Amino acid sequence: MIEFLASYEPGVVTWLMLPAVLFAIGIYGLLTRRNAVGILISAELAINSAAMNFVIFNRFITPAKVDGQVMSLFIIAAAAAEVVVGVAIFVMLFKHRRTMDVTRMDAMRR
Amino acid sequence: MGLVSWLILLPFITAMAVVLMPERLKHLIRWIAALGTGAHLLLTTVVTVEFWKLASADAASMGTARFTKLYLVEQVPWFKSLGISYLVGLDGISLCMVILTSIIIFTGVMASWTVKERGREFFALLLTLVTGVFGVFVSFDLFLFFVFYEIAVLPMYLLIGVWGTGPKEYSAMKLTLMLMAGSALILVGILALYHMSGLHTFDLMQLATVNYPVGFQKWVFPVVFIGFGVLGALYPFHTWSPDGHASAPTAVSMLHAGVLMKLGGYGALRIAVYLMPEGAKEWGLFFMGLTTINILYGSFGAIMQKDLKYFTAYSSVSHCGFVLFGVATLNLIGMKGAVIQMFSHGIMTGLFFGLIGMVYGRTHTRMIPEMGGLGKVMPWLTVTFFIGGLASLGLPGLSGFVAEIHVFLGGFFGNPWHSITAMRVLTILATMSIVVTAVYVLRGLGKVFMGPIEDKHFLELTDATIPEKISTGILVATLVVVGMAPWLIVNLVEPAVMPIVNRLNGMP
Amino acid sequence: MSPGWMPCGDSGARPMQHILDYEFVLRNAWLIPALPLVSFAIVGLFIRPRSAKLSGFVATAAVFASAVLAWILAAGYFRSAEGGHAALVPWSMEWLRFQENLSASVGVLVDPISVLLMVVVTTVSFLVHLYSIGYMHGDNGFGRFFTFLNLFTFSMLGLVVAPNIVQMYVCWELVGVSSFLLIGFYYEKPSAVAACKKAFIVTRFADLGFMIGVLILGYYGYSFFTGAGSTAVGQPFDFAYLTSPAFLEKFSQVATGVPGLTLITVAMVLVYMGAAGKSAMFPLHIWLPDAMEGPTPVSALIHAATMVVAGVYLVARMFPVFAASEQALMVVAGVGAFTSLFAAVIGCTQDDIKRVLAFSTLSQLGYMMFALGVSTVHEAAGYTASMFHLFTHAFFKALLFLGAGAVIHAVHENDIWKMGGLARKMPVTHATFLIATLSIAGIYPFAGFFSKDEILAAALYGGHPIIFGTGLLVAGLTAFYMWRIYFITFWGKARCEKAGHAHEAPVVMLVPLVVLAALSVVSGFVPFAEYVYLGEKPPHEGINMGVAVPGTIAGVLGIAIAWFLYAGDAGRASALVARMGGSYRHIRNKFYFDEIYIFVTKRVVFAFVAAPIAWFDRHVVDGGVNLTAWCTRTSGAVLRYLQTGQVQTYGAWFVTGVLFVTLILWKMFM
Repeated sequence: MIEFLASYEPGVVTWLMLPAVLFAIGIYGLLTRRNAVGILISAELAINSAAMNFVIFNRFITPAKVDGQVMSLFIIAAAAAEVVVGVAIFVMLFKHRRTMDVTRMDAMRR
Repeated sequence: MGLVSWLILLPFITAMAVVLMPERLKHLIRWIAALGTGAHLLLTTVVTVEFWKLASADAASMGTARFTKLYLVEQVPWFKSLGISYLVGLDGISLCMVILTSIIIFTGVMASWTVKERGREFFALLLTLVTGVFGVFVSFDLFLFFVFYEIAVLPMYLLIGVWGTGPKEYSAMKLTLMLMAGSALILVGILALYHMSGLHTFDLMQLATVNYPVGFQKWVFPVVFIGFGVLGALYPFHTWSPDGHASAPTAVSMLHAGVLMKLGGYGALRIAVYLMPEGAKEWGLFFMGLTTINILYGSFGAIMQKDLKYFTAYSSVSHCGFVLFGVATLNLIGMKGAVIQMFSHGIMTGLFFGLIGMVYGRTHTRMIPEMGGLGKVMPWLTVTFFIGGLASLGLPGLSGFVAEIHVFLGGFFGNPWHSITAMRVLTILATMSIVVTAVYVLRGLGKVFMGPIEDKHFLELTDATIPEKISTGILVATLVVVGMAPWLIVNLVEPAVMPIVNRLNGMP
Repeated sequence: MSPGWMPCGDSGARPMQHILDYEFVLRNAWLIPALPLVSFAIVGLFIRPRSAKLSGFVATAAVFASAVLAWILAAGYFRSAEGGHAALVPWSMEWLRFQENLSASVGVLVDPISVLLMVVVTTVSFLVHLYSIGYMHGDNGFGRFFTFLNLFTFSMLGLVVAPNIVQMYVCWELVGVSSFLLIGFYYEKPSAVAACKKAFIVTRFADLGFMIGVLILGYYGYSFFTGAGSTAVGQPFDFAYLTSPAFLEKFSQVATGVPGLTLITVAMVLVYMGAAGKSAMFPLHIWLPDAMEGPTPVSALIHAATMVVAGVYLVARMFPVFAASEQALMVVAGVGAFTSLFAAVIGCTQDDIKRVLAFSTLSQLGYMMFALGVSTVHEAAGYTASMFHLFTHAFFKALLFLGAGAVIHAVHENDIWKMGGLARKMPVTHATFLIATLSIAGIYPFAGFFSKDEILAAALYGGHPIIFGTGLLVAGLTAFYMWRIYFITFWGKARCEKAGHAHEAPVVMLVPLVVLAALSVVSGFVPFAEYVYLGEKPPHEGINMGVAVPGTIAGVLGIAIAWFLYAGDAGRASALVARMGGSYRHIRNKFYFDEIYIFVTKRVVFAFVAAPIAWFDRHVVDGGVNLTAWCTRTSGAVLRYLQTGQVQTYGAWFVTGVLFVTLILWKMFM
């Protein structure tokens, strides 16, 4: 058992399972959460799954280069920026409307 | 940078100059617009002289006065991969239209000397529109043509929507949407022609060497013709015109009825008939029928109108019918007549709308029954209005006659592809309009300018101011000159129509 | 490239005596119409706004110059060519080019009838200009009046000298518009406005026929022209070509779909429609009586002496073409004869002096028309007679109008029953009016006698006894109604205060009257048949007693009845009117033709054609456009419910869409 585990080389598919699950959870959250912060967190999950994909593909397809890892760093930076902007908007909205429920944020429709 | 490019650039530069002026310098803005368009008139004169020199030199060397090629051509590749190039030049028809536009925009600026609100934006948009119009008339690359065509059509929305009167938003929206629908058809046609030719070029002259399959022409021709017909007020796609003209401010009506509606006839002749002669032969009689309806319907419609602008708009529908009727006759005389009618109607209707603006500015009403006896207080406007009216009913000695007799004779002479009896019946029906036109013109003008004074305060009104006199004077002079010396325009147009006739006849 | 306006020839420094010789005038015959045109432009643009008086003077001088040239031309032309008066075109240039071998030129045609008309038009026009200086004195539109008169004179001369049918049509329309302007001269008066519109629209309607006729002639002229090749004369539109036997032979073969009806008949009836409109033939006569709303000199010049004979002139000009179709000639003769009778009957009942003269003009024009209709190419006595009557009629009818103008000027009233006793107060006017009345009544030796005699002779010997009878009856009626107004106006006592204070007109108005009176006497003695004829010169004939005697008897009888009814007290006339009852009322109301036309235009055309079209356009065609817009908007409004505004709903749609596309791609590539 130990040997098996020690010698076990998980393939790319195995590695990809984790981001896939993460992404699905993220999308599910994105579509179902009513709290804006929850949606933002779900979006983070989805984004991070993409970043993870980059790392995985980098490892398996072009192991000599680090392009994918660099890209994942970009994504982390972009996601951080996005969170900053998003949370700032939500704070303003909360101040304004006293709620974080996205189903009630439909001003564009009216 | 050649002369022809300057024709397009000058109004654009003027527009930019106007935009850069501060809003409060109203006088300066007006003067810039007037100077710019005045300079354009001079430039057009120079171009005409230049064209004439080249053309007559050619005529001398060729022995016959048939200058069937383009002059003053400029070509710069634009999108090489698609075969699009900046190709501008002039032939007789384009030159005619350029002269027309140049006169109308100058007189239009003169006629809108008293625009009060947002003068800067008004003149800027007007000049942008004209840039597009000049572009259309000189470009011989279909893609370029279409680009300019859109530039010419779109500012109209703002011009009517912002500076108009009455139900202006509705009219502006209707006009723009209908014209856009027309351009959509044109775009389809142009792309079909481009692909079908297999030449990978939008160059009109090269496309005109292609013999498109007859089946293809049969369906593309009506698409393109109707596309242009919308702008040329082809029945039943004309209804944008009465509302649009009635709502538009003076200069815009002048420009729109005077020049923009001519783009329709121009395109129908230049693109639809020239490129698809077989389609034209297939559909000619059908469109002759439609335009006969146009001619009679517009003139009968005009009889019942109470508003001077609707009155003129319906008369325009009738007169633009002559343009497309002439195109649909598919013979030299008729198509020549169509071009002359474009010129003549442009000047005439420009004069009409200019004068209506001037009268309205004084009486504050456009309703014919409310006016009367204005001849006593505004003799200049009366005389010019009557000259315009007489031109519109085809009085010999004024330009309308030259065009109408060509169109009638063209229709009557027939062509080898259609039943000559049918063509003659349609022509005779179309000639009826000369009576109906006389009825509505005399009824309308008689009521407005003759008879007893309808309202006491009319006695205090004044006659035309200096800019108004300049503007109407130029237009009237043009009507008279073309009417008295028709060979000036006939000799210009005939050689340019020849290639189209030759292509219809299957000659290279 | 374009031929210039200047004709060939060295008109530079020539000694003065040569300026006025025939050769020079012939070469520069274009000056005759051009002078009034130039004067029109100069007066209208520059002089009129500054000085009314000067405009009158310049306009009159220009027409006088034309008249002098025309007389020199006529004298030289009729004297020089003894053996036969050739048609010359001393000057022409291409004006409107339609295509190869088909163009319309402007030019000057000099042939007997054009020279004749040039003389008539310039002379009467000059006299009317002169008269108007007195008549229009003090009018606000003095300058405008002379501008319009000049325009008219130019157009009429242009029409007269037209060598081709297009120039004819062009000037035809210009004449129509100048007539419109002059009838509507008092543009503040609603009746004048109505009259000028009516005149223009009615003649325009007639011109529609003319236009279609021109199209037909143009087409066949052109197609036979190319076939004929080098043997053809002139251009397809030229009269010389259209009346040439070579063309007529081919053209008369063209059939229409209807059996028994050749195209030449159709074409010529259409052309005749134009002629009938201008010459106010029945049923297009309705505009002429109303046209009397214009100033009286205008009525004299345009609606009596010159413009209205344009129709007769057109038929004469194209006579060989008309003659090629018997049916067309029948139409010309029938309509002419009917109009002459119809108008004469109405003329007997009118009270407005100018309206009586207008109906008399109609009647006389009918005379000229049927004279043309009864002649043929070989038996062209009627052709000569018609032109002769045109010539004499121009003088005596202008004189009648100018005399009536002098009376109206003095009394300020048109109604003859308010005049009376003017013979003593206005001796010169009275004398000249009397001469004209004698002339129109056809009494020897006045001009009307000779021309009327020839017309009646032509009708009788041309084999048209019915028309001859009609002519004779009309001659009697003419004498009756003319003497009726003469007796009422000049004899008896003044019937209103203004007539009592009437004064003789100023000298500037009397001179034209006297000149015209002289012309009305002597013009009958012109050996007309020597100058104007068709084909071979006819043998000279004296007065035909077989026609002259009944003609004179008819005239004298008419005068006698008029004397009996009107010279003494008016009781006899009113008794007669009372006995005629209803039929008198119908005649007096001109058989209700005006009402019929108004009914047709207003109640039928406007109400059942124009109004429905206007409604159809606003509601159906425009409604269609608005319906499209409504459909678009409505579908938008429906689709709008898909937009919930909920980000998560959109996200769900998005994810579903992505899955769907993935599935499709999967299916396609895997």
